[in-house]
Amino acid sequence: MTPMKRRPQTGRRAMNLLVTIWAAGSALIGIAILFWIIFVVVTRGLGAVNLAFFTQLPTPPGVPGGGLINAIAGTLVLTLAATLVAVPLGLLAGVYLAEFSEDSKLADFSRFSANVLMGMPSIIVGVFAYTLIVIPLGKFSGYAGALALGILMLPVVTRTTEDMLRLVPNTLRESALALGAPRWRVTLAIVFRAAKSGLITGVLLAVARVSGETAPLLFTALNSPYWFHSLGEPTANLTVTIFNYAMSPYPDWQQKAWGASLLITAGILVITLLARFTLREKKS
Amino acid sequence: MKKSILNPESGGGFNPPLRLVPSAERQRRVSARGDTAFRWLTFACSLLVPLVMLAIGVDLITSSLPALKKFGLGFFFSEDWNPVTESFGAVSSIFGTLVSTCIAMVIAVPLSLAIALFLVELAPPRISRTVGTMIELLAAIPSIIYGMWGLFVFAPFMATYVQPFLGKSLGFLPLFQGPPLGIGILTAGIILAFMVLPFISAIARDVFQLVPGVVKESAFGMGATTWEVTYKVTIPYGLVGIIGAVFLGLGRALGETMAVTFVIGNAHRIAASLFAPGNTIASTLANEFSEATEPLYISSLVALGLVLYLITYLVQVVSQMLLRRMYRAWSVGL
Repeated sequence: MTPMKRRPQTGRRAMNLLVTIWAAGSALIGIAILFWIIFVVVTRGLGAVNLAFFTQLPTPPGVPGGGLINAIAGTLVLTLAATLVAVPLGLLAGVYLAEFSEDSKLADFSRFSANVLMGMPSIIVGVFAYTLIVIPLGKFSGYAGALALGILMLPVVTRTTEDMLRLVPNTLRESALALGAPRWRVTLAIVFRAAKSGLITGVLLAVARVSGETAPLLFTALNSPYWFHSLGEPTANLTVTIFNYAMSPYPDWQQKAWGASLLITAGILVITLLARFTLREKKS
Repeated sequence: MKKSILNPESGGGFNPPLRLVPSAERQRRVSARGDTAFRWLTFACSLLVPLVMLAIGVDLITSSLPALKKFGLGFFFSEDWNPVTESFGAVSSIFGTLVSTCIAMVIAVPLSLAIALFLVELAPPRISRTVGTMIELLAAIPSIIYGMWGLFVFAPFMATYVQPFLGKSLGFLPLFQGPPLGIGILTAGIILAFMVLPFISAIARDVFQLVPGVVKESAFGMGATTWEVTYKVTIPYGLVGIIGAVFLGLGRALGETMAVTFVIGNAHRIAASLFAPGNTIASTLANEFSEATEPLYISSLVALGLVLYLITYLVQVVSQMLLRRMYRAWSVGL
């Protein structure tokens, strides 16, 4: 019997080491970018955040002081309006897909559309809201902005609701049905309760997603230097304010843009982490 | 969901001969009526999403008709974009969209696959979870924040360090010639790469994780290194899913708006150099839509939006098909 020849190991080992370093390095790059952005936003934003920032209306360019209370309120109102419309509709749609659809062709198409809509550029949704509401009414309005945000939320809520409801074991439904409860009660009182933390996560993630959106508001809600009156008017909001102020030549405005960036980033990261936490708590 | 007693209409054939007392009978009827109504209500809601998707398409087509009628196919071949003379062409925007997306994918795909590899195969579980969360947080940061950081921090960084270096070492290529302005297509592409990276790596991570342990272990058992297992077993096994993930990232990059608008320079022209300012479909819409008043101008902008809609729709369809095929094939088991 001839002795087996040993395959040289050095080349393979070196290659493996190289790939390991490359992989770890890539992860480091990703983390570095995250912390770089957060660091910049925090250090530059903190200088702009003071009491006036939260309590006063914006000043004209060149006049120091003032705040963004109107934009903060506007962002909250727009997000709330979108949430109030999109969440119930999305929950119900998710219920149908998970509980009743029996994987029909139509339900499949609905699922597919939700995925496509989630990947649709948000600015396209803005164009849609513009032609649907802004052109017929002849003016920019908060309604158009809220509609655009709602459209962006809808598929996210629908899909997470379906996924979360499917995780609820069938035995739970069957035992409730056996007690004589009608289907709608089983769904709303039993299945929803079992999937509660998952559903909250889905809603939180959807809110986090739209509250940082700028593109769909640029030509729907537009922006406004005034206090928020009604959704029928152009509505001030933080993200479009950031865009306008950042592009302005005034250092004071640019600093306010950083303050607004800090506010938005902090809010979204908190909501996102909260959502992940809710889900993880449930799992463990 | 499987057909079961949960759906009485599905014909389980299970009809026990119950003798119902009148009040129970009435109660059953009421609840049955409630159930039918509830079912229809949820059904109507589930139609909302596809309807919105189709409505967006129809609306974009009808609203862009005036521009398409006026310019015909020339709209897609003209580089001219002049609101004053009302002559519009989509070429420079489409070109910028494709080039910036290309740069983004060239950078993001190797990075995100390597990150997925790190998370699944190399890192200990605790580190993997923490790093995974951080990478996911990259996706949570809003586009406009990337824009602020890009314009005020990253673009100057590019102008002082990266672009002069590229100009010196690769300046013989027309791609890397010209003044290092910081803002431009290259910077936009790099920022796009950071933005789509979490989306690709999240799915690639799923794909790597879904490859059955036995398949990988048998390769490890033969003495293969981690890289060999990845390259010869995991990647071929999950190829469909990885391509799906790449397409998903591609769709994101094509339509990304605010970050690009901040750093691309917004010039309606095609330049050979990646250092030069340019524009994308999304950035043109973001910059000009709120100022457009002439119907033809608005219609031309909507036509640009239509192009973007069609491209992203196509990319989405491909990615959904690939991912679905993968998950379906794998859920059946090995």
